[in-house]
Amino acid sequence: MSELETLEKDLTKAIKDAADLKSLEEIRVSAVGKKCSISALMSGLGKMAPEERKSFGQSVNKVKQAVTTELESRKAELERIALNERLETEREDVTLPMRQSPALTGRIHPISQVWEEITEIFADLGFSMAEGPHIETDENNFTKLNIPAEHPARQEHDTFYFNEKEDGTRRVLRTHTSTVQVRVMENEKPPLRIIAPGRVYRCDSDQTHTPMFHQVEGLVIDKDTHMGHLKWVLEEFCKTFFEVDDVTMRFRASHFPFTEPSAEVDIGYSKKGDEMIIGGEEKWLEILGCGMVHPNVLRNVGLDPEEYQGFAFGIGIDRLAMLKYGMSDLRAFFAGDSRWLSHYGFSPLHVPTIAGGL
Amino acid sequence: MKFTLSWLKDHLETDKPLDEILEKLTLIGLEVEEVVNPAEELKNFVIAKIETAEKHPDADKLQVCTVNNGSEKMQVVCGAPNAKAGLLGVFAPVGTYVPGIDFTLTKAKIRGVESMGMMCSESELELSEDHEGIIELGEGAADKVGTRYVDYAGLDDPMIEIAITPNRPDCLGVRGIARDLAAAGLGTLKDENLGYSDKGDFKSPTDIKLDIAKDKTHICPAFWGRYVKEVKNVASPSWLQARLKAIGLRPINALVDITNYISYDRGRPLHVYDADKLSGTVSARLGNKSEKFTALDGKEYDDLEGTCLIVDEKNVLGLGGIMGGEDSGSVLETTNVLIESAYFDPIHIAMTGRKLNLISDARYRFERGIDPQSVELGVNLATQMILDICGGTASEMIKAGTPPKPEKTLEFDLQRVTKLTGVTLSNKEVTETLTSLGFEVKGKDQTVTVKVPTWRPDIDGTADLVEEVIRIVGLDKVTPTPLPRNFGIARPVLTESQKRVRTAKRVLASRGAVEAITWSFITEDQAKLFGGGEAELKLANPISSDMSDMRPSLLPGLITAAARNIARGTQDPVLMEVGQTYHSDKEDGQHMVASGIRCGTAGHSGNGRHWSGNSEQVTVFEAKADSFALLAAFGMEESKVQITTDAPDWYHPGRSGVIRLGPKIIIGTFGELHPETIKKLDIKGPVVGFEINLDAIPEPKKKSRTKGAMEITDLQPLTRDFAFVVNSDVLASTLVKAAIGADKKLITHVNLFDLFEGPSLGENKKSLAIEVTLQPKAKTLTDEEIEAVADKVIASVKKATGGEIRS
Repeated sequence: MSELETLEKDLTKAIKDAADLKSLEEIRVSAVGKKCSISALMSGLGKMAPEERKSFGQSVNKVKQAVTTELESRKAELERIALNERLETEREDVTLPMRQSPALTGRIHPISQVWEEITEIFADLGFSMAEGPHIETDENNFTKLNIPAEHPARQEHDTFYFNEKEDGTRRVLRTHTSTVQVRVMENEKPPLRIIAPGRVYRCDSDQTHTPMFHQVEGLVIDKDTHMGHLKWVLEEFCKTFFEVDDVTMRFRASHFPFTEPSAEVDIGYSKKGDEMIIGGEEKWLEILGCGMVHPNVLRNVGLDPEEYQGFAFGIGIDRLAMLKYGMSDLRAFFAGDSRWLSHYGFSPLHVPTIAGGL
Repeated sequence: MKFTLSWLKDHLETDKPLDEILEKLTLIGLEVEEVVNPAEELKNFVIAKIETAEKHPDADKLQVCTVNNGSEKMQVVCGAPNAKAGLLGVFAPVGTYVPGIDFTLTKAKIRGVESMGMMCSESELELSEDHEGIIELGEGAADKVGTRYVDYAGLDDPMIEIAITPNRPDCLGVRGIARDLAAAGLGTLKDENLGYSDKGDFKSPTDIKLDIAKDKTHICPAFWGRYVKEVKNVASPSWLQARLKAIGLRPINALVDITNYISYDRGRPLHVYDADKLSGTVSARLGNKSEKFTALDGKEYDDLEGTCLIVDEKNVLGLGGIMGGEDSGSVLETTNVLIESAYFDPIHIAMTGRKLNLISDARYRFERGIDPQSVELGVNLATQMILDICGGTASEMIKAGTPPKPEKTLEFDLQRVTKLTGVTLSNKEVTETLTSLGFEVKGKDQTVTVKVPTWRPDIDGTADLVEEVIRIVGLDKVTPTPLPRNFGIARPVLTESQKRVRTAKRVLASRGAVEAITWSFITEDQAKLFGGGEAELKLANPISSDMSDMRPSLLPGLITAAARNIARGTQDPVLMEVGQTYHSDKEDGQHMVASGIRCGTAGHSGNGRHWSGNSEQVTVFEAKADSFALLAAFGMEESKVQITTDAPDWYHPGRSGVIRLGPKIIIGTFGELHPETIKKLDIKGPVVGFEINLDAIPEPKKKSRTKGAMEITDLQPLTRDFAFVVNSDVLASTLVKAAIGADKKLITHVNLFDLFEGPSLGENKKSLAIEVTLQPKAKTLTDEEIEAVADKVIASVKKATGGEIRS
């Protein structure tokens, strides 16, 4: 065995035996460093014949290359072992609980959610959103809506009043969102398509009545809109809102001072245990009142009923929420009980869209 | 409004089943609220004959009877004193639920003797309060043994209750309901019974007159009547009693029952006076302030200023159109009567009724507007019924005033029906429908003249006629018609402030807050505690004293809700609300506010204990972070606003701030709640909170969607740290602003990274350390240039705060 071969064999063994990176580095320095054993072999090169020199040089280089490869592979191996040893010391009990994202505990109130759902649907039909103050004039809440001062209809509203002012007028808490109809019609020119969701107030309290609740008013005014359009809009709304194709609706003649003709609308449902299933004609539940805007209301806001006509409707938002999401007690909506809110509320990331479902 | 099916059939010839009638009522606007058929409950009670009755072997007061129920003979123990052989009565077999004793009969041994059922009293069937003995049917029932008692007694008559909308006074009488149903195709309206049609046999000894000032005659324009002498007042016949009982009225005596009956049958309130208790002429006049009157309800009503009274020459007899008096009413001993049929102004009755807080069937009808032309009919109907039931002789009619005769005619373009409803009907259909409701239609052209019947005060215009047509023809005839789309694809519709409300809720919820919706009204104490309590924002009629004042702030509602949650064991609630606060009763006095609170340790990264480290108690900075998260969502950075330390006094004075935009606009407040506030609202602290007035945030001026060109450079930014010693009362924001302002071109960011207070700095001193980021734009900065900027920072901070660089 040549000296070269012996050297290669010895080095290879030493490399394989190197226990850690430090001793490997020592081997590298002694084997292929500037003053290394292989270089030492090269020192005898000058004495050799050209032919011999060439072949010896090649052999040395080959050994050098082989040793270098060995060194690199052993280094990688030792590094891997070292890393594994370190990782072995870095174990965590990953079953420990983490701090949760606050977005997971935050909740949107069902009324806000339903409000947005309603807005999405009507926005698609070209309705914009109008608003008005809660503290209203008697005029806007009643008189302009064709409810004269002594009409029995006024008593049925269970109105909250503020104290009488020196000039004899007194403000009221709006009893319905229909006040916004008046405001919109007085300030904007037809054609009009608006919805007006918001808080309304009645002096009444039991399991299904709270002194404050939410309504959404709808109003369409132009020259040709008739009850057929009203019916279509409400049917489309219910189908989209309840996400069922076969909503059954029943239009019953009724009376509201601010619409003529007027109707109340029931939605058909059935019960399966505690669950309410929308559709069918087994039972009926009243969900809204509607009608063609009364000519007197149009006159009161300066529109000519011979020229303009349209429809209006008012839906209880709270009731829609109860129907869709299955709450039973209206009072709980306003109690601020975080257990209820966490259960019936919605994730802030659950934004209702028509594309994604409501 | 209640009535029974048989009563309806007095006016309506129909063979339609009950269900169809009920459905139609509801669809045409007479919403059925309840249907009760007493026969349902009593269907198992049969007519039976006691064949033998012998004394119970072990009980003195009991008898053992053999009862024949038509198919078999059974042994029944009976305790009624009137039980005897041969008696025809009402038998309940074992298994029957007996409503009067709320008990389902079982086979029982009574004192050792088996009993297979029960012979019943009226009270056991809840027909009356009579429980003296078992029901004794006359011999007429002999061939009915074994058949249902309800059929024999005419109890199989469903009671129907409908809701009457305020526009339909005509349907406060059964006849009006029948008219609607006939028009809707459910039968034929029978001819109207007009009552007594003779002239009368004598001149009334009692006279009546109207004694009302000329300008107020509309209050009671007509008061007609008739004297009926030598009547014999009795208990009403059973058919009349049964009807009144079925609708929940208590039969009193025939004279009283007759007026109640006509009130429900025709919607025509009447009164019958005991004529012998009257003194002289009876008149209608307006009352005065000092007058008092005790009405039939036993209550005394005073201050009758302006109230229309019925009086004789000595006494007040009644509140006209509302309620009569105890003293002049008819009793069983009454022998001579005066019938009153008058007309009262609906508004007057409504106002009076409300002022006196007196609800009656008469008020209910008059204030909605009865048919003014029914004055004469009322007299005649009552006369005939009195003569039929009580006998006697009728006088001539006596009349004071003239009933108003509304002569409303409308020019009606028949096309209007299609225009408003989208339903195409022939002229004939429209005309026939109106005619069947009592309208008189004249003309054959497209536009006809329609005369409104006197019983329909609600019909004022052509839209009303359209409603009449469509409700009778049926709203189901209206075909859903797509509303034309204004745009192929819907356009955005929300205003900036509407979007803000949505965004605010989701920003706060994404920070862990649970959205509550709390009452708009709070207690007076809480309103005052949060800067409210103004007189103009107090409800005149709050539903309870807890809900008396419009809220000036969302914080009290949220804090009290949190307190309730904590009391229930919820740990460290985080609540928010986006809603209105109220600062005056004017339109601009209502603000849209976003508010939130954090309690205990409810920081942004969670609350309570945790293996990695427990959460600290919340501080003002959590509330500040929530506030600025909101503002950031609306494009406002902290550097664009000012923070002052003059927060309202419900906050901790040293741990709170006001967010301002310029000196005038207050965007919001944040801070730790004052310990006194926490104590008053009875919650365990600490509580931090904020309120942002969304209305105060200016709308972005820029409408363009482009974001502007991005400025970017390859040159590395560099940072330099500075520590300043300043007086303790120097605001960090002043220092940071001064540092940024030192070189607006190069300095892009200032990060305050250290606050140190310690005796080494001297009294009332603190050290604030900042990291200033410089962003070279064109070329790398030289050391000299960097030094120059540093000097500018030091100079600027010194000028603004008096602070020195910390050595």
